[in-house]
Amino acid sequence: MAETMTNGNSQTYVGTRTIRPDGADKVTGRARFGADFNLPGQLIGRVLRSPHPHARIVSIDTSKAEALPGVKAVVTRDDFADQSSEFIPAGEMMMNYKDVVRNVMAREKALYEGHAVAAVAAASVAIARRALKLIEVKYEVLPHVIDVVEAMQPGAPLLHDDLFTVGVEPKPEKPSNIAKRVEIKQGDIEVGFKKADLVIEREFKTAPVHQGYIEPHAALASVSEDGSTELWCTTQGHFIVRAHCARLLGLDIGKVRVTASEIGGGFGGKTVVYLEPLAIALSRKAKRPVKMVMSREEVFKASGPTSGATVRVKLGVTKDGKFVAAFAELKYQAGAFQGSPVQPGVMCAFAPYDIEHVHVIGYDVVSNRPKVAAYRAPGAPISEYAVESVVDEIAKKLEIDPIDLRMQNAAHEGTKAAYGPKFGPVGLEETLNAIKKTEHWNAPLRKWQGRGVASGFWFNIGGETCASLTVNEDGTISLMAGTPDVGGLRASLAAVAADELGVPYDKVRPIIGDTGSVGFNFLTGGSRSAFSGSMAIVEAAKQIKAELCARACKLWEAQPDQVEFSGGSVRPLGALAEKVKPMSVADFAKVAGKTGGPIGGVGRINAQGAGPSFGTHLVDLEVDPETGRVTVLRYTVAQDAGRALHPAYVEGQFQGGAVQGIGWALNEEYIYGDDGKLQNAGFLDYRMPVASDVPMIDAILVEVANPKHPYGVRGVGETPIVPPLGAIANAMEAATGIRFTELPMSPPKVLKALKEKGLSRA
Amino acid sequence: MARVVLVGNLAQLTGGVAEFDLSVTSVKQLFQQLGELHPALARHLEDGVAVAIDGQIYQDALLEPIGPDSEVFLLPQIAGGSTLT
Repeated sequence: MAETMTNGNSQTYVGTRTIRPDGADKVTGRARFGADFNLPGQLIGRVLRSPHPHARIVSIDTSKAEALPGVKAVVTRDDFADQSSEFIPAGEMMMNYKDVVRNVMAREKALYEGHAVAAVAAASVAIARRALKLIEVKYEVLPHVIDVVEAMQPGAPLLHDDLFTVGVEPKPEKPSNIAKRVEIKQGDIEVGFKKADLVIEREFKTAPVHQGYIEPHAALASVSEDGSTELWCTTQGHFIVRAHCARLLGLDIGKVRVTASEIGGGFGGKTVVYLEPLAIALSRKAKRPVKMVMSREEVFKASGPTSGATVRVKLGVTKDGKFVAAFAELKYQAGAFQGSPVQPGVMCAFAPYDIEHVHVIGYDVVSNRPKVAAYRAPGAPISEYAVESVVDEIAKKLEIDPIDLRMQNAAHEGTKAAYGPKFGPVGLEETLNAIKKTEHWNAPLRKWQGRGVASGFWFNIGGETCASLTVNEDGTISLMAGTPDVGGLRASLAAVAADELGVPYDKVRPIIGDTGSVGFNFLTGGSRSAFSGSMAIVEAAKQIKAELCARACKLWEAQPDQVEFSGGSVRPLGALAEKVKPMSVADFAKVAGKTGGPIGGVGRINAQGAGPSFGTHLVDLEVDPETGRVTVLRYTVAQDAGRALHPAYVEGQFQGGAVQGIGWALNEEYIYGDDGKLQNAGFLDYRMPVASDVPMIDAILVEVANPKHPYGVRGVGETPIVPPLGAIANAMEAATGIRFTELPMSPPKVLKALKEKGLSRA
Repeated sequence: MARVVLVGNLAQLTGGVAEFDLSVTSVKQLFQQLGELHPALARHLEDGVAVAIDGQIYQDALLEPIGPDSEVFLLPQIAGGSTLT
């Protein structure tokens, strides 16, 4: 295997496509996902959900259900103590514990169709279902509001009578559905727009879309008589699940042990709790293990999609293509409780560009929908779609190549971001160049085919991380991380550990430890797990190397400056090299007991220095003028990964993000009836792209090293979902001459637009 | 003196003042001084803001040093820290 040097480290495995440690179990079916865990004597838990989008809960009578033979426990709002108002992180957004307790189990009101009202634990699924029917809930049905703009109107049905808009002066005297107004501002847009030769202003609308993970939410809880609690669940952050459950159920964190299963997709949607506290509450009451698994319908109706939104963008440009002023107003749905991703949407909207005068305003708005959860680069795809559409329109009007226009205005090292600080080294220009150099960029197109390009930005984060390395008796290495592996963490960390310790990759066995086995870790989100985890592994390896050098000094009766760790061994230096032979990690493992005991290291860090990531996407598509169906013909992603620890996994992130963005742009949407009920809560009617819908996504790895990471790594998981919406909308305009300002561009909408323009053959 | 700029809604808690010149050597000192100058801001600093020092964003990093000529921005947090209970 080839060896390379980067940042002074000898690297054999980092940057290569090593075998995936979890691959064999996944392709043979051995891998255990959330619903695969079972315990002897377990009960089945089921949830009773509100049939109404908005209703006051007058009373709940569970007596008949409790009397049903085989029912072992029923829980309602009375089993969860109310919580004080305290904001806590939920993925990359904030949520209030007062709302969390109401979201996992409705209290005063049911706020959306599917809102949990009660839960039962019974000896079988059939008994649990019968029990749900015996629970008598008396509702006072209230008027509902679904649309974000309607929810903002005076006189709209009010979800919370204690919700007063934050961020406006003077403080409102009346409650409303507008939870928060946020803004960023730099320069003076009035001055900026006066310098503009061309100003384009457009309004865009996007639909709420679900993260669409294939694996539904699942949890298995077992509470012992002394209150010790074990929980197995599918999550992006088992430490966060532990903290939330302990808080909601009044438990000591130390008494709760959470094991994360293999995860069948999360994309931000598994950063919050739904079933987990219910399963624990039921198990505590029944004194038996309780297993709960959501149906697909429940996943759609009761777990977080991301926001739908209305976005107004105004962009001013000189005749030679320099952006001089930018304004945007964002209205994001939060769902039933405040906390949409409007803040990052505001900050990201114009982040790819160097613009002197910027003003962005955002509104966080509640309505009778499920509470939104994080979804890859929360908030950014929506606002950047609108901006990238306007950028494309400007390019056409000024007859400037769209890549050249972006290049002319691109953020680079030293650019003051619209949200404040200056960028360090970033790779937007490199991604634009990479796309322009592709054969794809100049490939011929036919009638009804169009090509679109768009760029995107995401911040990336670090955060609290703990990971350990243990040298086993035979010299193999056990690696334990504490963030669920959603996209190649184990392979990436194993490669770093192998290179740092100079051992073969297949001698490193990485696992994800439970909350009792490894120190605290923030969740997998913010594109942080490989970035932060690899920093923790480097730290753990440092400790091992220092320990081995110290033991070598004792064995060889040498001074510290007479030894060094390199190439997987402690090596004697100078004259000492003539007396003793180097000792490998495996050599030390054999004598570990005789030289001081077990050998290991633990990296405990709060990782800082996450490098922002930019990407540029290029798409070709074809519109069927008879049906309005859009077929994606060709797709290329170029993104700055800093340094790809495992290129195949990084490419997979690029491809996955692009495909999810294709779904968001073309088909996916929550469709509500006038009754406020979701009409397409299943994969037959909620149209996500499948493998046969998309071409192979070409991935170009751009590597502008992040100077704050020992290997140059940047997070890669979120940026790739940002550009597709704009790129596809721009390709649609190129194919049809129609600027689509509403997502999804589904066949009925496309056909309608074609007919209005007299372009349809239907 | 470090140049400190409040981004977004934070300036609403300081009577509209968004820029400060402060003699601080760490994020902890920065929060202390800002909290003393504008008590309404203090709770929000504790709740969690991100701090960009010379272009690099830090979150939950009280001990991070700030240089005498640093440019510091206080931003809404991109993602939460660990204070969950």
